[in-house]
Amino acid sequence: MEVIPNQERKYLGAPMAKLSTDIPELVEAFGPTLGRIPAGGWPDTREDDKLVKTHCCFCGQQCGIQLRVQDNKIVGFEPWEDFPFNRGKLCPKGIKRYMQDEHPDRLKSPLQRVEGKGFAPIGWDAALDRVVSEIQRIQEKYGKDSFAVLTGASLTNEKAYLIGKFARVALQTANIDYNGRLCMVSAGTASKKVFGIDRSANSWNDIVDADVILAAGTNIAECSPITTDYVWRAKDRGAKLIVIDPRLTPIARNADLYIPVRSGGDIGIFNGMLHVMIKRGWIDREYIAEHTVGFEEVERTVEKYTPEYASKIAGVPAAMIIKAAELFGPAKTSFVMHARGIEHHSKGVDNCIAMITLALATGRLGRKGCGYAMITGQGNGQGAREQGQKCDQLPGMRGIEDPEARKYIADIWGVPEESIPGKGLSAIPLMEAIHAGKIKGLISICFNPVVSLPDANFTREALGKLEFYTNIDFFLSETAQHADIVLAGSLMEEDEGTTTNVEGRVIHHRKVVAPPNGAREDWKILCEIANRLGKGDKFNYSGPHEIFDELRVASKGSVSDYYGITWEKIDENNGIFWPCPSLDHPGTPRLYEGGKFGHPDGKAHFIPVEWRPSKEMPDEDYPIILTTGRVVAHFLSGTQTRRIGALIDQIPQPFCEIHPNLAVKLGIADGDYVKVESRRGKVVVHAKVVKTIRPDTVFVPYHWPHDRSANNMTIRGLDPLSEIPEYKICAVRVSKTEQPIDAIAKLEVQAGGIR
Amino acid sequence: MTNADFFIDYSRCIGCQACVQACSECDTHRGVSMIHLETIERRDSVQTAPQVCMHCEDPICARVCPADAIKKTPDGVVQSSLKPRCIGCSNCVMACPFGVPKYQVAIDQMMKCDMCYDRSSVGKMPMCAAVCPSGALTYTTLRNIQQTRPGVPVNEWQFGKEIVRTKVYVMVPPEISRVEVGLVQITTTAASLPDDPYDVALMLES
Repeated sequence: MEVIPNQERKYLGAPMAKLSTDIPELVEAFGPTLGRIPAGGWPDTREDDKLVKTHCCFCGQQCGIQLRVQDNKIVGFEPWEDFPFNRGKLCPKGIKRYMQDEHPDRLKSPLQRVEGKGFAPIGWDAALDRVVSEIQRIQEKYGKDSFAVLTGASLTNEKAYLIGKFARVALQTANIDYNGRLCMVSAGTASKKVFGIDRSANSWNDIVDADVILAAGTNIAECSPITTDYVWRAKDRGAKLIVIDPRLTPIARNADLYIPVRSGGDIGIFNGMLHVMIKRGWIDREYIAEHTVGFEEVERTVEKYTPEYASKIAGVPAAMIIKAAELFGPAKTSFVMHARGIEHHSKGVDNCIAMITLALATGRLGRKGCGYAMITGQGNGQGAREQGQKCDQLPGMRGIEDPEARKYIADIWGVPEESIPGKGLSAIPLMEAIHAGKIKGLISICFNPVVSLPDANFTREALGKLEFYTNIDFFLSETAQHADIVLAGSLMEEDEGTTTNVEGRVIHHRKVVAPPNGAREDWKILCEIANRLGKGDKFNYSGPHEIFDELRVASKGSVSDYYGITWEKIDENNGIFWPCPSLDHPGTPRLYEGGKFGHPDGKAHFIPVEWRPSKEMPDEDYPIILTTGRVVAHFLSGTQTRRIGALIDQIPQPFCEIHPNLAVKLGIADGDYVKVESRRGKVVVHAKVVKTIRPDTVFVPYHWPHDRSANNMTIRGLDPLSEIPEYKICAVRVSKTEQPIDAIAKLEVQAGGIR
Repeated sequence: MTNADFFIDYSRCIGCQACVQACSECDTHRGVSMIHLETIERRDSVQTAPQVCMHCEDPICARVCPADAIKKTPDGVVQSSLKPRCIGCSNCVMACPFGVPKYQVAIDQMMKCDMCYDRSSVGKMPMCAAVCPSGALTYTTLRNIQQTRPGVPVNEWQFGKEIVRTKVYVMVPPEISRVEVGLVQITTTAASLPDDPYDVALMLES
């Protein structure tokens, strides 16, 4: 193959982030601007042409929603009260989600970077030619693995499957990973190690029947609002609720016990609870003997976690740990759930193991009102980690280094087994390899790492070192601003496919409208690139339905077996829970019934865990703990929700939650401009003085870009097993400051400005 | 849903504003929300409270309206002001004991919650109750709420010496049969205040 010469890239090797023009100009041209009314104004009240039953594109709950269509435009929504998961209920994001349709910022043509000017439209042929020639040039010069793929967990199962295959077959690169690496990997790893299956163990109905609910690191009211209804209904029955979180979030207001754990201290609470439960005989030794292995070592490990010892780790009074054990221990039924609060740590996997050990040691799994759930964050947080877009997995959660799995998938793909690359780099090491100049080219979709990865200044620097970067997106995200070629893709409602919700229920997203002229369905873009790379015969699909049928076969016999799930069956049953191994199988809403687990020996495996400090602990120079997270009106990096007027009206800009005791010490009053600064970067935001947070901790939500990005401060500390970054604790200092008046500060709030 | 009533259960509210956002999607007033979501005192707690029109049996907003612009339907729903009649005087805004009607400057007219009359009169749920993820707003039968919730529904209020009965119910602890809204003299010495139940710093000291 001929080496194509490097095309006039004078800016190459510039030390800092390279943008084609400055940020205010890019914002001027591509937004984010705010969509407030549907295109062409509010619709008249005549009958809608169509009312399409589909699902929300945002979080892992994937609520059912109906979208109203008039003249091939989405003009509103109607609750879908018959969909069993959410019964018509929605959060503000779902309600206003349709405002992203027909949005003025919508990309309706591929774009090419023009130095000094920003971006200019380019035809599809020219754009795809350039992408393909750069892929070929870079791979020829630096090797196959020098071109990487970053993808996302808000993609359908079909797209997740397709892009995993695209990386391994069309690009033949080992380096593909996804933003679920920032989300579900600690939970998944823990669940797999202990239970042998990476999925929430129950349908949500079991929450309602639990006598005690233990919720740690999960801001249910804001990040998974519909789950609130299940928790409150359990409480209506008399259930006790224990909430563990450094912040007293709305769900904690009605808790029977709220434990304001110090971020990173969760193992103290879980091991301390188990210590008390063992002492008082509140574990199920019969269940343990029959269905598990390894408990003796756990018992030895927690021996030293007396309430007093545990309380020092957790940073809370010992009495709270005893009370938690007293509420949880003797209950007849219980439900354990966690989310990013305990997972986003350099010991995220251990945190999760320590927590689910409580469910296992009491034998309260696999029956009515008894179970365990990790609350997925992203739209397809569950399904997107099953279909083979993780750096170490093939479809069906098969290990990419497992010879049998490789052979099985190679046969389905029609490629030699040895042509499938091995294990690649996960998201953060991949970005580090870009920074180090080892990876030279990148294609990304459904991922905005400039906002979502930790240590954002490092990410910006890294993107500046790429020789070629292309991005498939529907809006020009802050990351896409760094691209050489942007390919105009599709919104969820403009394509069809399935996702797998927080419960493991596979559901059907229907196509509501076509992409606008000039944009294309994501799967078509990927298939066309593959085609131009000479692999068209492996990507010859008539549509997502056909991709799903291939996925079903690829997952057959695996842990996450979709073989028996068809789109038709999903529609008839309001979703099907995997595993579903045959066409006549009804699916599996509840795992581990009868104490049967996913490991080859059929047993659950206890794993002892010890607490260890976080990567960066507060010290003299940076004495305060920063923890980050989400707010109810926004989703992830805000690419979509920062373009919706009603959501920006609800929560316009980030803030720094700070306890009055700490605020007084620092001379800070509510509403002051404050600088929050770590060793890696800073933000200036408004102080929000509240008594509902630990006095040693501040909180900044992360949905905003540039100088308002919480990830300027966070640390690239990874869990050694899951490689999830430590978003939930790093060390900062906080000080009062003046109103910033630079060009970024003057931008609109949704673009990273401040008012 | 026939025979359905509207229930507010403040203890369930998580402040997400789904009700506010959904209200602004109602076909009769697109883009403008009629529901109020009050943040009680964010410094001290995360408590929030949604406020829909309570639809008084004898609506004072209608009684004080000099233009006779506010009508109650036979099924007890107090309508928003009639456009041809409303003179924008804001008597109703000041008189309502629940703070519901708001004067809309742009259209020189009072607007308020009408329980999504276009929806509820044809058996659909009002938008806010349909979407509310916490059940703080619920549209169901009295019987169903009595069977499923630990609190009791009441729709009688005492403001000073005046008793107000409303179509909308609020959920309260079982020992309460009427919500008494009186003036309370707050003594401001710190010692007289109870310990702050939601102060995380105090919890850690215990």
